[in-house]
Amino acid sequence: MYDVEAVRRDFPVLSRSINGKPNTFLDSGASAQKPQQVIDRIMEIYTREYSNVHRGSYLLSEEITSEYEAARKKVQKFLNAESEREIIFTRNATESINLVASTWGRKFLTRIDEVLISEAEHHANLVPWQMLRDEIGFELKIFKINDDGSFNWDEYRRGLGGKTKLVAVTGMSNVLGTIFPLKEMIRAAHDVGAKVLVDACQYVVHQKTDVQDLNCDFLAFSGHKTYGPTGIGVLYGKAGILEAMPPYQFGGDMVDVVTYQTTTFDEPPARFEAGTPAIVQAIGLGTALDYMQNLGMENITAHENELVDYMHSRLSEVKGVHEIGTAPGKGGVFSIAVDGIHPQDLAFILDKEGVAVRVGHHCAAPLVRRMGYESLTRASFGLYTNHADIDRFIEALHKAQTFF
Amino acid sequence: MNIEELIENFEFLDGWEDKYRYIIDLGEKLPPLDAKFHTDEWKVRGCQSQVWLVPSKRPDGTLHFEGDSDAMIVKGLIAIVLMIYSDKSPAEIKAVAVDDIFAKLGLSEHLSPSRRNGLIAMTEKIRAYAGIL
Ligand SMILES: Cc1ncc(COP(=O)(O)O)c(C=O)c1O
Repeated sequence: MYDVEAVRRDFPVLSRSINGKPNTFLDSGASAQKPQQVIDRIMEIYTREYSNVHRGSYLLSEEITSEYEAARKKVQKFLNAESEREIIFTRNATESINLVASTWGRKFLTRIDEVLISEAEHHANLVPWQMLRDEIGFELKIFKINDDGSFNWDEYRRGLGGKTKLVAVTGMSNVLGTIFPLKEMIRAAHDVGAKVLVDACQYVVHQKTDVQDLNCDFLAFSGHKTYGPTGIGVLYGKAGILEAMPPYQFGGDMVDVVTYQTTTFDEPPARFEAGTPAIVQAIGLGTALDYMQNLGMENITAHENELVDYMHSRLSEVKGVHEIGTAPGKGGVFSIAVDGIHPQDLAFILDKEGVAVRVGHHCAAPLVRRMGYESLTRASFGLYTNHADIDRFIEALHKAQTFF
Repeated sequence: MNIEELIENFEFLDGWEDKYRYIIDLGEKLPPLDAKFHTDEWKVRGCQSQVWLVPSKRPDGTLHFEGDSDAMIVKGLIAIVLMIYSDKSPAEIKAVAVDDIFAKLGLSEHLSPSRRNGLIAMTEKIRAYAGIL
């Protein structure tokens, strides 16, 4: 049995009161709260263990280096990657995607190629491809989704072709909650000879992710959404592909032989981790991934799916509320529009009631516009979300409606 | 209603709820702004929601302002800002202590940093108009 109340006790910030009300935190999609285990681990490192990695001939540095590399192994296990050499630490998913665009993209994309993305991409998986297109001149194709936010095979197949070199797609939409059928999409992309990058920011938080089973070529996620620290992200890349990629940035920690005139570069992943990395954050991420796996990814998914059903039924009770994104099997992300209430006004009243939601375009402005809005109010779940959160959200919605 | 009357009325309201119901009411009653002014030219930058502010100069030298927003609470706050600044001379506009007024209204503690920045953006735009018109 998944004991959500016990889980909640691990997250100290949830017991803080907000504007005199219980903390109803429904913005985990933007960034998740941190369990005490992660907070303690970070404190411990700074208190007793800290030094630089890959440098020292002394105990502290050797210890922290093995902790840092152990964190890489934890990410490897979390994603079921074949080898820890396929795991690159970055600042966040945005940097992971930019890394692929500026190294793999610059080396392998030409003006006769096509890159295919979906209508449902976060700016982080749209703008880097636009910029690279402007530089290289390839065609950036965008495949349509259905009006309910669900995936459309015909549109996807129409987008794929002999010229497609890369498919870059979200695993789960941060606006609509739609979960794409990644495995089948990736197979179809490989059939036409394209590589696939998965923006798994939302995806990895809500279900078990197996990069070998998916057979994706790249996968990106951010530590801060998986209950880990800020400032740490992950790029998974298949070993053979990473080996063929030039470095991303240049400096210490990524070189092999350096003379005043020339330099040869280290093997992956070191090749892509120039300079002192986010050591403490990487180790903290490892602890966060342990935390999720101790709870069990299947249990987390089951818990959140049950909440999704509950939210659907509670939302349907409120008149004048429209759920944007109702794809079957969607995850715990609810974007809504309320008749007669501007999202900014709604968020103000919700905040006064201690309810944290996000308003705006959710860094996916073209998608929000495609769904027919300029701005939406979004409630998103984490593994600590419970029925009481949803009840307070619904109550606050009712209350907001009395104002306008 | 002028701003002194509003301050008096606000004294009878306690808690954020009654105050904001009142502000929303002010927003609903704000005279509509002609749609032709809903353009970038009249937009106030630095607000989370869309805010438009249109000045005009009266023969007696005072400045008249009209405003609008797509968000109702902001519209109510615009109504208050207009009560403070509209139909005043440039010298009067420059002499306004807007922070004191918001403190007297008891709104300062209810304004989020982003809303406060929006208000600052609005008042600065008004002061800029007072300088050039
Ligand atoms: C689907 C998706 N992609 C990318 C990002 C960007 O993540 P970050 O800002 O951590 O780089 C987010 C975060 O909101 C997201 O939800």
